[in-house]
Amino acid sequence: MRLLVRPAQYVALALYILFLGFPLLWLMSASVKSSGELNSLTVSLLPQEWHWENYTEALTRQGLLHSAWNSLLVALASTVLSIIISVPASYVLARLKGKVRIAGVGWILVSQVFPVVLIILPLFLILRTLGLADNLVGLTLVHTTYMLPFALWMLQGYVAAIPTELEEAGAMDGASRFTVLRTIVFPLLAPGVVATAMFSFVSSWNEFFFALVLLQSPENYTLPITLNTFVGGEGRTALGPLAAGAVLAAIPSIVFFSILRRKLTSGLMAGAVKG
Amino acid sequence: MTTPSLTEPKRGTAQPPAPRSKKRVKPMARTRRREAIALVLPSLIPILVLSVAPLVVGVFLAFTNARLVRHPDYSFAGLDNFARLGGNALFWDSLRIGMIWTVGVTLLQLAAAMGLALLLNSGLKLQGLTRVLALVPWAMPPVVVAIMWQMIYSANGGPLNAFLGAVGLPSDINWLGDFSTALPAVIVVGVWVGMPQTTVTLLAGLQQIPGELLEAAAVDGASAWRKFTAVTWPAMRPIVTSITSLNFIWNFNSFSLVYVLTAGGPGGKTMVPVLFIYLEAFKNREIGYAAAMGLVVVIVVVLILAVYLRSQFRTEDRAEKGR
Repeated sequence: MRLLVRPAQYVALALYILFLGFPLLWLMSASVKSSGELNSLTVSLLPQEWHWENYTEALTRQGLLHSAWNSLLVALASTVLSIIISVPASYVLARLKGKVRIAGVGWILVSQVFPVVLIILPLFLILRTLGLADNLVGLTLVHTTYMLPFALWMLQGYVAAIPTELEEAGAMDGASRFTVLRTIVFPLLAPGVVATAMFSFVSSWNEFFFALVLLQSPENYTLPITLNTFVGGEGRTALGPLAAGAVLAAIPSIVFFSILRRKLTSGLMAGAVKG
Repeated sequence: MTTPSLTEPKRGTAQPPAPRSKKRVKPMARTRRREAIALVLPSLIPILVLSVAPLVVGVFLAFTNARLVRHPDYSFAGLDNFARLGGNALFWDSLRIGMIWTVGVTLLQLAAAMGLALLLNSGLKLQGLTRVLALVPWAMPPVVVAIMWQMIYSANGGPLNAFLGAVGLPSDINWLGDFSTALPAVIVVGVWVGMPQTTVTLLAGLQQIPGELLEAAAVDGASAWRKFTAVTWPAMRPIVTSITSLNFIWNFNSFSLVYVLTAGGPGGKTMVPVLFIYLEAFKNREIGYAAAMGLVVVIVVVLILAVYLRSQFRTEDRAEKGR
């Protein structure tokens, strides 16, 4: 009986790998198949001939590159904004005790339950009143706000890991709190900031719902929205370029996530285990 | 509101150094509070404007007859929207579908993730590969995930049907287009997307269980199943509770996957509430009515969670007393 446990475990693991990995393989394979092969009824995992021109076609396809540029702008801007805003606040959250902390942590948790369905309508109205609906600045603000809770949560974990003795030593030497923050805390926080920034970037790069609701003019579309417009009627006929576009859209997130793997794991753990 | 942030840095730099630091013990509390406000303020403003205010306005909208037009002109409608909702069978249907989707995805996610986490925690090879693979679905843009699965499920030339054909099963199923298979097919995609994160969290929890406990159980001759039910599961209960609650909310709120995969079809069989409300607001332009739906949906979710969390805490209490 015991002898069978290990092989059974490997079979189970193989099934998991198949379930998790096969769709990815299929997408990548489809991205280099000819349209003839994609529409044929004989199905094979590896393409008979490799058609890299799907990628060039995806890139030159109207709007795809432009919306990738929009996505990049929004993701970079909202990442920078959310980091600038959350670094000081995360310090307070991690260091202060009492009501401030309870309120902060409470809000972070509640923000996870925020009913998107209820928020999106007024949000749209507010942004329209401000002239920021169908506008990349408006989308950036929305992304920033919805990244903040997680950014705060991750960062306060990193702040908590910095020994208070270091700050006290700085204060003894007569440094003001802001000097202490600038010369002691922020440099030590740098790796955490990088990890949080990458996570924020990916969230914004991938975000679909707010972009769908807020953006109406095709020249403002972000990459997910443009990809979605290709899914319908037109996309059906050009699966190869669509798959290639999808692969390209996934690359930044996957690269960042593979770098982040460890850090993210510990950040999430903090959320789930302690929360 | 701007005073603290303006004066604080100046005071900081003007402060005479060390010798007086002991005397400052009392004012410190006030200084710290001001500093705290100054540091938190930048995050408070966007939050108030872009998430708290919309929430308040959203509740307000639910009691109006607002429509999404260029020059909105709406009036207070009392409970009209809710009365109208009572007779809207499609809405209640979407709530039912939303529950099947949410509960289905959440439970399957938990079961699949627990299995994978246990496997990864038992010292098998291929852990690195599995862990990377396990995180990729979560990193990918939901739109890309949906496009990918549309290809997998494709009725002609899709690999899933090809595989079924190869093993002699019916192979002409239009997975996303058929009334009976669309919702299960979408649920599988939801599991694929959300499983990784759950696995990572559960794995972290598993690694915190003291090895001695499991060893002691092994010495007593406990079977793997017995070890799981007697040691692992009780130890993991708090983590399972929190991850299940979060997953429940995330899955309930998820929009992009279903929207791109099926847009609620075929025949409304995958019309989850978020999608239904989106269409009501932005296609039918009935935002007051849509807000009322949103409010009802939120209340239902909060009630379900409250019941779940209460039952979990009760079991934990009982477990505590039993010891």
